[in-house]
Amino acid sequence: MKKSKISPLIIILLVILVLPFIKADINFQHMLIIFLIFAGLGEAWNLITGFAGQTSFGHAAFFGIGAYTSTILFYKFSISPWVGMLVGIAVSTLVAAFVSYPCFKLKGHYFAIATMAIAEITKQLFISWDYVEGATGIMIPIVDESLASMQFHTSKIPYFIIAYCLFVISILIANYIEKNRMGFYLKAIRESNEAAESIGINTTVYKLYAMMVSAALSAAFGTLYAQYILYIDPFMLFSLDISMKIVLLTVLGGLGNIYGPIIGAAILIPLSEYTRIFFGGTGKGIDLIIFGALIVVVACFEPRGILGAFKKKRKVERGAYDAKANA
Amino acid sequence: MMPKPMLEIKNVTMKFGNLVANQDVSFTVNKGEIVSLIGPNGAGKTTLFNCITGFYKPYSGKIIFDGEDITGKTPYYVAKLGLTRTFQIVKPLKDMTVKENILTGAFLRNPVRAQAEKVAQEILEIVHLTDKSDILAGSLTIADKKRLEIGRALATDPKMLMLDEAMAGLNQTEIKEAMDLCLKLRDEGITLLIVEHIMEAIMPISDRVVVLNAGKKIADDVPEKVTNNEEVIKAYLGERYHAKSKKS
Repeated sequence: MKKSKISPLIIILLVILVLPFIKADINFQHMLIIFLIFAGLGEAWNLITGFAGQTSFGHAAFFGIGAYTSTILFYKFSISPWVGMLVGIAVSTLVAAFVSYPCFKLKGHYFAIATMAIAEITKQLFISWDYVEGATGIMIPIVDESLASMQFHTSKIPYFIIAYCLFVISILIANYIEKNRMGFYLKAIRESNEAAESIGINTTVYKLYAMMVSAALSAAFGTLYAQYILYIDPFMLFSLDISMKIVLLTVLGGLGNIYGPIIGAAILIPLSEYTRIFFGGTGKGIDLIIFGALIVVVACFEPRGILGAFKKKRKVERGAYDAKANA
Repeated sequence: MMPKPMLEIKNVTMKFGNLVANQDVSFTVNKGEIVSLIGPNGAGKTTLFNCITGFYKPYSGKIIFDGEDITGKTPYYVAKLGLTRTFQIVKPLKDMTVKENILTGAFLRNPVRAQAEKVAQEILEIVHLTDKSDILAGSLTIADKKRLEIGRALATDPKMLMLDEAMAGLNQTEIKEAMDLCLKLRDEGITLLIVEHIMEAIMPISDRVVVLNAGKKIADDVPEKVTNNEEVIKAYLGERYHAKSKKS
């Protein structure tokens, strides 16, 4: 049973790994990198929302903090983005713990609204913060390409490899959590806070752990994103657009499952990147129109996402089998 | 040998605004006993349960479990000490399978998955849910949900188990099974405090019965004496049960 659960994941990971070499088109490689970043962000978000049931609309905050921390360290002090990534993870984790602890007193929609507010507040803070160049944003200084500077100008493959590694790390973490005590505890919290407390689960602490891990992963992707785009500003990083993309792709794919974000991102990211490539500036939002329609369809027919539809089918089949066995 | 107290409830009062749900309630549950808590609807049984297990903070009074003052402690802390409850309105972890539900409980004392699985398997057998272990908890019948509720609580390896109307809605056979389960648990050394309405089920298995009425304790004695206590009969049991118990 354990084997059958792991193997499709390994196949998916291998397929993703060979894709940029099979189709060496630069647009395609770019799309793959963005896909890996958002699938990874989806995995991170899934921990707190899919598993623990605490809807966050503010993950752009953690993503942005990761991007800003490494960029500031590189821009002002010439510190390697790799060190910046680690510092960004630490800062983001601390911020997550600090701001979400009081928010966990809120339930359901109110928690979601609070997280949205956190992302907006962070954005306003960075817009009016002169030290980080405020609203004008930061052009990351171009240096010679090297692994240490996390800048590559001649090929997208190194970026792909880094994105791939981060993505695999987030999958491994999500997978480990899902299979062990923490995953069960988070799911129990999602299903019933009271039942969870009654069997000895400190619900606040576990929600906090989930939020911190989630924020740490988001921050790592933020650093990579900044080094890839080589320009950051608060409007781009702390936008509701990014928070919502993470939410939408995971919801479309399937909540509370490590495959969900991969499936969702595999649909949304090509859609958004290719419409942008085909239509240029005039095509802005077309991807979201199509994606919105998809979400409506999924919400109407299978609120548990694409994966939910598969699961349901399997269960119906198994149910029929059971009925036959009982007859 | 003096019986050792497992749970001591000392002068507990609980108020919601002006409504007094428990008024100066005191009683003791000794180690290895089955004690039943009965009383008409609205007598304050579930409120008292919530006070004991930390879901409410009592207005005044003290609750001592196994020598430790647990008044106003959080529910998870109380559960970690070894006092686990079930809910009158069952709270299955709906989107998880029966086995996963029990496994979640077992993780409290067995952080490693393999160990927890072993415990979960044993518990599944005890509550007769082995053949339903892969079904989602949300799709169980009410009787199975009640079993699951007990199973999940049992998986935390408690010193004392508090069952809140675990038998309501069950049929005769299922009630008999639940009674046997209670006795079996006591034989294994688990102290039980049971809230129940079904007199036929709890009178035979209880060592003592505590009766609440309108938030106050009106009796605390062995079942035979409680059923013959005039005040209890008037306040709660009614003429029918009175007549029945006289006959038998």
